[in-house]
Amino acid sequence: MSAALKRAQSELATAAVHAGSHEDGNVAVIVEGLTRRFGDGPAVLDRLDLAIAPGEFVALLGHSGSGKSTLLRTLAGIDPVVEGAVSRPREVSVVFQEHRLLPWKRVWENVVLGQEGKDGRDRAAAILEEVGLAHRIDAWPLTLSGGEAQRAALARALVREPGFLLLDEPFAALDALTRLKMQGLVGELWKRRRCAVLLVTHDVDEALLLADRAVVLERGRIRVDMPVALGRPRKHVDPVFEDMRETLLKSLGVSI
Amino acid sequence: MSETLISLASRGRSQGASGRIALRELGRFRRYLSPLLLVAVWQAACASGFVSTRLVASPWQIAQTAASLIADGTLTSNLGVSLLRAGAGFGIAAVVGVTLALFSGLSRVGEDLVDAPLQIMRTLPALALVPLFILWFGIGETPKVLLVALGATFPIYLNLHKGVRSIDPKLLEMTRTLGLSRLDTIRNVILPGALPDLLIGIRYAVGVSWLMLVVAEQVNAESGIGHMMMDAEDFLRTDIIMVGLLVYGVLGLLSDQIVRFLEAKLLVWRPLARGAAR
Repeated sequence: MSAALKRAQSELATAAVHAGSHEDGNVAVIVEGLTRRFGDGPAVLDRLDLAIAPGEFVALLGHSGSGKSTLLRTLAGIDPVVEGAVSRPREVSVVFQEHRLLPWKRVWENVVLGQEGKDGRDRAAAILEEVGLAHRIDAWPLTLSGGEAQRAALARALVREPGFLLLDEPFAALDALTRLKMQGLVGELWKRRRCAVLLVTHDVDEALLLADRAVVLERGRIRVDMPVALGRPRKHVDPVFEDMRETLLKSLGVSI
Repeated sequence: MSETLISLASRGRSQGASGRIALRELGRFRRYLSPLLLVAVWQAACASGFVSTRLVASPWQIAQTAASLIADGTLTSNLGVSLLRAGAGFGIAAVVGVTLALFSGLSRVGEDLVDAPLQIMRTLPALALVPLFILWFGIGETPKVLLVALGATFPIYLNLHKGVRSIDPKLLEMTRTLGLSRLDTIRNVILPGALPDLLIGIRYAVGVSWLMLVVAEQVNAESGIGHMMMDAEDFLRTDIIMVGLLVYGVLGLLSDQIVRFLEAKLLVWRPLARGAAR
């Protein structure tokens, strides 16, 4: 099968997911009128509405203090819903910027932490194979490199087979080359598993490389909600890619 | 040209490496050199009459006394009594300290009830309680064991409490997103995370235990290493006193080694601990 044909098919598949979800109202995540303020300060999230379809990959951009983190923490269930409504799948997993592995548990024990059943090691082995970390299954987390630790964190998130995966700047602390590899890995895992993804990032390129939709948050409201109608795999040299990049950067207050 | 350079460089390095190893061997030996020298000087000073053996026994005299004290069973029986007191006191301290620290570390109510009084009490020098303990508990085993227990409880409590309270909140947040129950979080995150601090507390507690024991046995005792030393004082037997000091020193050293060994075994996940265990 030619690459072009493959791409066309995957595009079709994506389109089908979208159409299906919007027609019968089958939505993975719904945020309605979500408002959050701390103390008497201005609203961090201001009557925010957002819907994410099953299997949709949404990138969330915005400056520090735009409410990205608060939205993510609310969706992850770490912060409470004070005002507004949030509906989300039962299984939600989070990958943070820091790996947050327990240093006193081996990699595989970290992966299946809190999972029941005796086949924990086998399940961990399978998922570690998928993220390319099978050879470090018995390693102690403090001996892992940054990229390896983040792979382990990804494995821990995926072993729960989440309907919704939250990624909180997961590649921000990695070196440039490792980051590229990890972006490729996340793209592939998503293609295979098709869970809804919300990727919080500062990196416009990363958003355009991976997401179906790029959302820019500003002062707790959505300023831009832009579908990224590009085939995959995506190329920076694509003129459409270049245009979108400019649009997003402009909306973030960066002109080039 | 460049090849020559490389080979020269590598030869230089290998020579440097072997030289360094030899130096390190020497260094290890060097560490024992100065203590041995001190003992030799001490022996010489005693033998030449420069230092009166009535005030300071010579090393050779001390060795002979130790041998005879072991032979007639005095040392072993007194050592047994001392070990039992320190062990019992430390055991009580471990149970009480760990229980209180977990109670106050894991619950708000516990913190309010337990932490304030303990923080106040820890500022009291425990040794100042000796007269009170003798009035309350007499001169038997109870005041001695309790004095050790009292002194050793604080380092265990303080360190474990700090360990529980200083668990990385990011890890706790992570376990919440994984849906771990409170019990699972305590078992998988809080207890193992506080273990390094508990072991530090235990190391301090062991040191304090010996200190309390020395005082308890010298103030009022019928047996034990401290009693043996006080007895010797009456007969101006500096050699026996020195043997007692030696025993205390060895006990302290041994117990510290045991805790270090425990640390290396229990904290294998720390790169540092693994290096030390090797």
